[in-house]
Amino acid sequence: MTTTHTAADAAPTDAAATTAATVPAETKQRLPLARAINAGLRRALATDDHVMLMGEDIGRLGGVFRVTDGLQAEFGTQRVVDSPLAESGILGTAIGLAMAGYRPVVEIQFDGFVFPAFDQITTQLAKLRYRTGGRLEMPVVIRIPYGGSIGAIEHHSESPEALFAHTAGLRIVTPATAADGYTMIQQAIASPDPVIFLEPKSRYWDKGEVDLREGATELGPDGWRSLHVARTVRAGSDLTIAAYGPTVATALAAAQVAEQEGRDVEVIDLRSVSPIDFDTLTESVMRTGHLVVVHEAPVFFGSGAEIAARITERCFHALEAPVLRVGGFHTPYPASSIEAEYLPSLDRVLDAVDRSLAY
Amino acid sequence: MSSTETPATPVDHELSWPDPCEIAGTVRLVAPDGSRLSEDAVALSGHAVYAAAAARTTPDELRAMYRDMVLVRAFDREATSLQRQGELGLWPECRGQEAAQIGSAHALRPRDHVFPSYREHGVAHVRGLDLREILHLFRGTEHGGWDPTAHGFHIYTLVIGSHTLHATGYAMGIQRDGDVGTGTDRDRAVVAYFGDGATAQGDVNEALVFAATTNAPVVFFCQNNHWAISAPTTVQTTVPLVERGAGFGVPSIRVDGNDVVAVKAVTEAALERARSGGGPTFIEAVTYRMGAHTTSDDPTRYRERAEEDAWSQRDPIERLGALLRAEGLVDDAFFAGIDADATELTAGVRAYCRSLTPPPAESMFDHVYAAQHTLVDEERAWYGQYASSFEQAAAGS
Ligand SMILES: Cc1ncc(C[n+]2csc(CCOP(=O)(O)OP(=O)(O)O)c2C)c(N)n1
Repeated sequence: MTTTHTAADAAPTDAAATTAATVPAETKQRLPLARAINAGLRRALATDDHVMLMGEDIGRLGGVFRVTDGLQAEFGTQRVVDSPLAESGILGTAIGLAMAGYRPVVEIQFDGFVFPAFDQITTQLAKLRYRTGGRLEMPVVIRIPYGGSIGAIEHHSESPEALFAHTAGLRIVTPATAADGYTMIQQAIASPDPVIFLEPKSRYWDKGEVDLREGATELGPDGWRSLHVARTVRAGSDLTIAAYGPTVATALAAAQVAEQEGRDVEVIDLRSVSPIDFDTLTESVMRTGHLVVVHEAPVFFGSGAEIAARITERCFHALEAPVLRVGGFHTPYPASSIEAEYLPSLDRVLDAVDRSLAY
Repeated sequence: MSSTETPATPVDHELSWPDPCEIAGTVRLVAPDGSRLSEDAVALSGHAVYAAAAARTTPDELRAMYRDMVLVRAFDREATSLQRQGELGLWPECRGQEAAQIGSAHALRPRDHVFPSYREHGVAHVRGLDLREILHLFRGTEHGGWDPTAHGFHIYTLVIGSHTLHATGYAMGIQRDGDVGTGTDRDRAVVAYFGDGATAQGDVNEALVFAATTNAPVVFFCQNNHWAISAPTTVQTTVPLVERGAGFGVPSIRVDGNDVVAVKAVTEAALERARSGGGPTFIEAVTYRMGAHTTSDDPTRYRERAEEDAWSQRDPIERLGALLRAEGLVDDAFFAGIDADATELTAGVRAYCRSLTPPPAESMFDHVYAAQHTLVDEERAWYGQYASSFEQAAAGS
């Protein structure tokens, strides 16, 4: 079995042998999120022959967002496969390929187009391990560009995480930064369970520093599992904002504005929607007594509802205000010319911060 | 095991550009140079029935189709440039597919119903839709933009293939209403438009199953424009798409989609079959997407210039123009008149597009439900208060 060698192969994979201080400067690069995920995919393809990518237009075109750019040229058409235009087919065959020992990483072109595959994901992929008493492993990653604010037409701006989070058997994660994009995609691929990997498309072009030396063998302190650990982006003592994916940057901006008003806001990037790192969140809310959850998905039956319920159970006596949620309304995603009013904007987050602290 | 040593992909993606309509079984009545095929040649391929129908196409109709094609292309070009100027979020061009769309739409009767995908601007125009109404969707001011019942032309569907099932269901409704097979004006039929890529979707295959087993009066009009974004048709199928229909029990026919005369004749026959109770037909109209998939797309990344050049020699508008000239059905004034109309149309489109403003934000709460829903009411009220707090703040400062 041969594998095409890549630039990534040249980098040392035994990261533990090199301390941070001695990391050569060139392994750290400022990359947009889309390029960082691309680098993570390249690394995974180069490291494990069983990893394969499948999806619409991901080959020669490199995907409509160019996240798989150059990967077919590098790894060939058997490992980076342009699939027929059929999402149920993509997911159904990914399940079969996983049964045959492969690690399919599939791309759904846009959030609104995952639904033809909803049956395969929720009734088959999520349950096969359970139904076979653990005899089958389903290491399938479903990459979905999601969320709004790119001025797109309908079905191109949705946030379907809650629909999947309601289904046991699926892991659901979403990177907010380029560094996380690079690491988390590799961790998702290393996961023995199916992972829905939601990519915040409005942040695809946001740049951040990525350490390209960190490869599949060094996936964080707890291997692929740290995929589900929340990250405190900004420490604070007055109020906690929990965000993920596209809303992390909004939450940070809100914290900065609040600071000018003398409020010390903590921002937590959950990174994972299933499971949710309630330990990190609980510790924070125990200190601040205030929690605002921000996501683009509709608030009704959204992940914020689950967080509010659990945090109320865990922190009831520490809470100084009800947990507030900022997110989409109970309407279909509106036409793009008014999407800014639907989305959890900086102003709406600040409004919730005010309401919580004034409680 | 996966590896780069694995033998070549099962489908050969090598590109070559022979005329795909020159293969046997494809209905063609007018050659790319605008000359009509001889009766013998058409009869030899078993398509005499279509030639006979085409012979009944009047000069007025030929001129009308030409006019429609030119106007739609001008509109399409204008919309593309409006997108480039930031006036539209996105635009899917139909350039190159005018004969497939306008020829088939001219076969429709007013009471028929159309389910388009998102590129059928030509069909929209023939159905009587004011083309400007299409801009609403692509300017992001509305999800639809027109009344689907007013012109028997449903709103665009962006989720590939979904609407082929709706078309089939609508046809089943017509059947139940007794609007099939009466031999009167009452008889109706449905057309679903979709692409070569869409044929891979489960929904499209299920639509064929339902249509066949219910004998629904629906025509599946597949515009094989050779590309589904970057995927050539060979990614979706290893046989000509027209061969798919038979397995479902749906009679199928392949037509030169750039020959407006043949398209109209073939669609007319399929619609007549449907209206008279003969059941569904699958039409593969072989055409070419001359432009990008949409204004967000860059075709240079996946297709050869030589292929585009080959197809520019088969331009559907030039073909009909040549025929009209050769048969002496038009004069210079005819073309000049259409050009003037096109200029007027595009000026109107430009002005209209710029005049389209975002709807009030509160309108996002409209039409979620037909009847009252307390959650929507609550959120609308909250949003109203929230929004007016800014106005108050501004007034107070
Ligand atoms: C269910 C679904 N999956 C993916 C997409 C993204 N997408 C939009 S158009 C397109 C290609 C469609 O090709 P085809 O059916 O041949 O029609 P054409 O655009 O060529 O007219 C794709 C993949 C979509 N709109 N819907």
